[in-house]
Amino acid sequence: MHETLSRLRASLAALEEGVPRQGNALFKLGLPAMDDHLGGGLARGGLHEILAPAATDAGSAAGFAAALALRAMEPGRSVVWVRQSYGETEAGQLHAPGLAGLGLDPDRLILVRVRDALSALRAGAEAVRCSALGAVVIEPWGETKALDFTASRRLALAAGRSGVTCLLLRIAASPSASAAATRWQVAASASEPLAAGAPGHPTFDVTLLRQNAGTAGQSWRLEWNHDRRIFRDAAPLSRPVVSVPAGRPARTDLSSLARTG
Amino acid sequence: MVFVEKVKSALRLAAVDRTARRLGLGPGLTLADARARIPDLAVVEMDRPADQALVERIADFCDRYTPLVALDPPDGLILDITGCAHLFKGEAKLRDDLLARCTRAGVDGRAAIAGTPQAARALARFVGAAIVPPGGEAEAVRLLSVAALDIEQEAVVALGRAGLKTIADLEARPWRPLAARFGEEVVAALRRTLGHEDIRITPRRPLAACSAERGFAEPLLSAENALDVLASLAGQVARALEQRGEGGRSFEACFFRTDGQVFRLTVQTGRPMRDAKALMRLFSEQLDALADPLDPGFGFDLVRLSVMAGEPFATAQASLDGRAVEEEEVAALVDRLGARFGPQAVQRFEPVDTHIPERATRRVTAAALAGATFSWPEPEADMPPVRPVHLFDPPQPIETLAEVPDGPPIRFRWRRVLREVAHAEGPERIAPEWWLSRHSGLTRDYYRVEDTSGRRFWVYREGLYDREPETPRWFLHGIFA
Repeated sequence: MHETLSRLRASLAALEEGVPRQGNALFKLGLPAMDDHLGGGLARGGLHEILAPAATDAGSAAGFAAALALRAMEPGRSVVWVRQSYGETEAGQLHAPGLAGLGLDPDRLILVRVRDALSALRAGAEAVRCSALGAVVIEPWGETKALDFTASRRLALAAGRSGVTCLLLRIAASPSASAAATRWQVAASASEPLAAGAPGHPTFDVTLLRQNAGTAGQSWRLEWNHDRRIFRDAAPLSRPVVSVPAGRPARTDLSSLARTG
Repeated sequence: MVFVEKVKSALRLAAVDRTARRLGLGPGLTLADARARIPDLAVVEMDRPADQALVERIADFCDRYTPLVALDPPDGLILDITGCAHLFKGEAKLRDDLLARCTRAGVDGRAAIAGTPQAARALARFVGAAIVPPGGEAEAVRLLSVAALDIEQEAVVALGRAGLKTIADLEARPWRPLAARFGEEVVAALRRTLGHEDIRITPRRPLAACSAERGFAEPLLSAENALDVLASLAGQVARALEQRGEGGRSFEACFFRTDGQVFRLTVQTGRPMRDAKALMRLFSEQLDALADPLDPGFGFDLVRLSVMAGEPFATAQASLDGRAVEEEEVAALVDRLGARFGPQAVQRFEPVDTHIPERATRRVTAAALAGATFSWPEPEADMPPVRPVHLFDPPQPIETLAEVPDGPPIRFRWRRVLREVAHAEGPERIAPEWWLSRHSGLTRDYYRVEDTSGRRFWVYREGLYDREPETPRWFLHGIFA
């Protein structure tokens, strides 16, 4: 009985095209606890969805996507980033020096700007098929009909076949049916301030919303280290999330303040 | 029927149809005079742009005879058929074919063939059908009026006043005084028309580096067949390029329809290429993206593939780590995306030597930058990024409460949300580029701030208190990860 089942499973797996052939390659995020929870890491030839329901978190989501791409790819490979033009007016343009600051070499970035979500998915699917790439980031803006289960399944299959990590960056969108291996929700998180109260390293609040092979619902606070290109555990918050702002002089002399704008 | 247009506040005939010509009307007559002669005249306003478009279309169609087609405004075309005539079994056959096709399309035309463009022009406009044997130009044009020369109307009038009516009159005079009195242009035009001097015409389309074409007596009725032909032409072009040791950077496929319509598809590649299969893939990408598909209509009777620009092709050397192969594949992907979404949609970043953040990088078409690398600022070890991931251009105005004169904001309002600043760093002062007068602006003080919800922003104050004349204003310029 057990043998028959495993034989069936094997033949099914052979039929299923999406299963990557050469070694189910995983990439680690850097936090042991997190990688263990993910069963060793994230699938390299897989589709991963990054969700940022609030448009204000677009920067954090883009940073998290860039960081995941850096974790996933071999150094020296290129990243294709497909953006919808509308996203540029809402969230701003991708800024090359900023990406360089996260550790992503702008020379290795190919930016594709298209008008609508459908074109973005098409361009993305074309790019994912190219196995010479390091990673592909597809960023349709907002809720879109073009991105249904079939479209995401197509991307997942293409990623499985080429072994290229496909990151679907969805800003100002809510979860919908998709064939992604994992789905993350990202928001900015308070960083650990540096000397003189300066804002610290990029810090993210990430929640694993779903996972194909495992339980979901956990949250982590991650800090991105661009030197080693790795995530690390952000220090626990030393203060409540919403609080009287610390790290700046107590407001005493109101006469020295000016209201502008 | 007559066509009228306004010339110096009077309506004058610009063109007339055959019936009107038979009734004695001609261009230049005022509409009032014409009406007086023929009361029931059908009058239509002249549409020069439409005329121009038709001439352009005919010129497109003439591309099938020779790549060298020039416009002779307002209604003429000059074709350089040097070395092309034998493909159509002789000059006379070529001209007959051209005129027959024009007549079928409902266009009246006259064509003459001569050794110089000016002589052919004069003969076509003033005589009609003529084929001048080499060296016979002077004989052929001798009796034509001086108006047949390619010169200004004033010069024609001046020559007429001097009693010089025909080209033979002019030819008989010494040319030096002629040039002194009527201008060098008159003599130059005369020399060219008489065939003493030959100049090249300026073709309206760039000349292809190499091309292959196939014509059909029986037109191809389906777009698929036409594409099959294109694929075999791609093989020919690839072989031709290989012999020259070149690869193409820009290809153009032309489909000539029997009714004169010409469809053109162009693809550009980031590196020299001569792979027929890859080329066909680029063409089909472009066809897929077209709003109107390749419509065969009554059929295509000529398909041509030209290489518009070629470059030396470095034969790929297989490197041990396979990096070169990967680079090739990525370049091919860039070409495919460019063929589909337009070359401008696929971009890369290029740094610019300036401190003004919104101008510090430029987005360049990726195909144009193939393989180039730049030096980007290295992030400082163990310090957070100093530039945002997303940059707003133009920067977004915000309302702030900030310490005077140069403190960071304490709270600010952006997109109707009030944010309390928890941490701030700055200022990073960026002075305007006063040496470039066109970009002179105000000093900017940039701050990296984090609000109480953990979001990190890049804000700046434009202007300094007390030192620069305007009241400082605050802007939000970017969002950090």
